Amino acid sequence: MKVLTDNFSIYWHGFLGTLELTVVSAVLALLLGVLTASFRVSPVRPLRAFGTGWVTVLRNTPLTLLFFVVVLGLPRFDIVLPFFTFAVLALGCYTSAFVCEALRSGINTVPSGQGEAARSLGMTFGQTLGTVVLPQAYRSVVAPIGSVMIALAKNTAIAGSFSVVELLGTYRTINELGYSILWTFVWIAVGYLIITLAISAIFNLLERRAAVSR
Amino acid sequence: MTTSSALYDVPGPKALARHRLYGGLALLVIAALIGWVVYMLFHTHQFTYQKWMPFEYRGVQDLLLRGLGNTLRAFAWTVVFALPFGALFAAGRLSDHRAVRWFSTLVVEFFRAMPLLVMIFFIFVAMKVQPLWALVAGLTLYNGSVLAEVFRAGVLAVPKGQREAAFALGLRKTQVMTYILVPQANRAMLPTIISQLVVALKDTSLGFLITYEEFLHAGKLIATNLDYDLPFIPVVIVIVPVYIGMCLLLSWLARWVEKRGRRSPKVRGGAPIAKAGVVMGLPPEAQ
Repeated sequence: MKVLTDNFSIYWHGFLGTLELTVVSAVLALLLGVLTASFRVSPVRPLRAFGTGWVTVLRNTPLTLLFFVVVLGLPRFDIVLPFFTFAVLALGCYTSAFVCEALRSGINTVPSGQGEAARSLGMTFGQTLGTVVLPQAYRSVVAPIGSVMIALAKNTAIAGSFSVVELLGTYRTINELGYSILWTFVWIAVGYLIITLAISAIFNLLERRAAVSR
Repeated sequence: MTTSSALYDVPGPKALARHRLYGGLALLVIAALIGWVVYMLFHTHQFTYQKWMPFEYRGVQDLLLRGLGNTLRAFAWTVVFALPFGALFAAGRLSDHRAVRWFSTLVVEFFRAMPLLVMIFFIFVAMKVQPLWALVAGLTLYNGSVLAEVFRAGVLAVPKGQREAAFALGLRKTQVMTYILVPQANRAMLPTIISQLVVALKDTSLGFLITYEEFLHAGKLIATNLDYDLPFIPVVIVIVPVYIGMCLLLSWLARWVEKRGRRSPKVRGGAPIAKAGVVMGLPPEAQ
């Protein structure tokens, strides 16, 4: 307990860093994920190919390697951004591939009659997808997206090794101050559990609310 | 693509022309992106001899190969430990004894909820284990726990009649499990197991962060060498395809096994393909 009370501001800082990283990357991942998912089901072939390539490459790249490339590689192209932005880019792009896959399988669960009915009303592809299919896919997609977001929160730990302030990185500072390493890690673990449990609670709520309208 | 084609009509001549226009525009944007990357590669002098020279050296090639070997070694040990770990705890979660069941559930849920890197750092820093074994231990605990869920879901997915018939023949519960349930579940689970192994293979790169001398670490050593004019981009160009290639090969193996299982008459009527994600909410590939 002493480890926590003595170093509360360090922990709090790290906790907020992890939280901020998770939220901003989640927003980026959701935006990119929706975009690539609609690419993958669109009638335009080059867009479909781009979506497939994006997902295949990102899903088969280790996140550490992606961080390595983004954080150390982009500066070679004279793109110098804060480390936080780099971390958001890496995490957001990586996670967007999983969001895209979850969305795509969600779109496949919507009965094809819905899309056909929308078409027979004369809706365009954008209207069919945006106002008919995606809102219905939302229900079956909430739970898988929730697990993807939990995985994202866990993956933010990697950013600490690339000069971003976050929860796991706090162990170095606290360890140097000479506190018990075991308890240091116990409180870090508690911090992550708070975030992941909160995410799963939020998504359980969303899932329950979506289920009512079924 | 059966359902997604329900999203739009079979295009007529006008729509076709419009799709071609969009396609052309998209191609232009993609080409511009690629062109920009290539331009930047040349602009920042990434293809000079000096930057690619290190790959001609025997020592550098050995370094990379050794790194690749270390990556594969960590992966192999993980597979060797994680599969029995998963089997053990899956059996524990299916046990008739409440204490065993609760203990296994606790272990599996805890290790699945913790970030893998926190576990690896804990084992490495607090328990002062060597990098290789810290990495393997962390990977085993995490992937073993996920595999335990996969195994459990697979065994539960075998039709109930199989189990009842086996008990009716007078088999004991261990015999039912080993002779009846596991062999049937095994076929159905194999693709999921292999895709979880892809996750494990990807995660071996976390060893880089605890200074385990794996493939990425070897790459970084070369990339930060001033004698070679910091050949960072060349190293990336060499390393990335190897990683993606290895993961793709394993993914393809998983898909091939899945397809073969679906075709083989022996499996017909067996358990449906098990998906741990459906049961527990965490898709195995989400890590």
